[in-house]
Amino acid sequence: MPSDRYLLTGLGVMFAVTFCLRAAPFAVLGRLRSSRLVAFLGTTMPTGVMVILTVYTLRDLDLTAHPYGLPAALGVAATTALHLWRRNSLLSIVAGTAVYMLAGQLLTP
Amino acid sequence: MTTALAPAAHPLRAAVRDTLGVGMGLFPLGLAFGVLITQSGFAWWWTPLFSLLIYAGSLEFLAIGLFLALTPLASVAVTTFLVNFRHVFYGLSFPLHRVRGRLGKAYSVYALTDEAYAIVATKPAEELTSARILAVQALCQAYWVLGGLSGALVGAALPPGLHGLDFALTALFVVLAIDGYRSARDVPGPVLALLCALTALLVAKGQLLVVALGLYVLALTVRHLLRERGRRAL
Repeated sequence: MPSDRYLLTGLGVMFAVTFCLRAAPFAVLGRLRSSRLVAFLGTTMPTGVMVILTVYTLRDLDLTAHPYGLPAALGVAATTALHLWRRNSLLSIVAGTAVYMLAGQLLTP
Repeated sequence: MTTALAPAAHPLRAAVRDTLGVGMGLFPLGLAFGVLITQSGFAWWWTPLFSLLIYAGSLEFLAIGLFLALTPLASVAVTTFLVNFRHVFYGLSFPLHRVRGRLGKAYSVYALTDEAYAIVATKPAEELTSARILAVQALCQAYWVLGGLSGALVGAALPPGLHGLDFALTALFVVLAIDGYRSARDVPGPVLALLCALTALLVAKGQLLVVALGLYVLALTVRHLLRERGRRAL
């Protein structure tokens, strides 16, 4: 087991780097806020970033071997359909995850 | 009945409603983190320390392996920079100017996670008060820390049937993408994002997030310049 001193220093490094990354854009944002490009990014980025994060969470899916990513595909389809229909985040997430877990159980020999 | 639904009137109640869906993703993921870290040999009280000092989900999972391998601190710093680089983009469209007070702003920046960004940036700016933004961020952190603590204390006692709960995070991002689309009504944006993500998946899977987000910002910038040129030509 690593020493407490090493662990705490490591955590401190992660804290500092993460905080600086999160703070960096605000340091120059005063000048940027009037920019039309930043306004454009502000409206178009959020949806796209969510699409990228969705792909990121599925990056280790193996489409070449059984069950060919089918549980995840069914889970995403169920989540999307439910959310388009009922607009209830909680319901969409719970049901989508349930579909994923159920499909995983049924398709695993 | 109509006033009870006005979000500005009850910031905490509005924030609870805003974060419930995200909490469904954060709590189980925090639980999984708590189980993993205790099973890796850490004492239970390291869980809240990780969650408070790092407070970035994917990096926390990564940190367990990094620390157990006694990774040099310089490598820890570089890894943190690469894994969390996407947060640089969040500040560009996060309404920090709506948060009041030096301390409030500092907390808001510290707690600017994927989830907090997703909830706040996909809402119309006029609905957001300082109290609501801060409550959203504090609740997100509470779900995460409490999930981690529960996971650490429950440990290996979890039934094996719970495997697959982490898909809640995928479902969460799908839901937030749909919400974001409903707010922005922009089709080319998410299509470009999907292309950038798939490109990054093919050419740089290990750095998918950084590459995909970089490409996406580049694509949007080009799109903006083309639109400006079109406007000037008229």
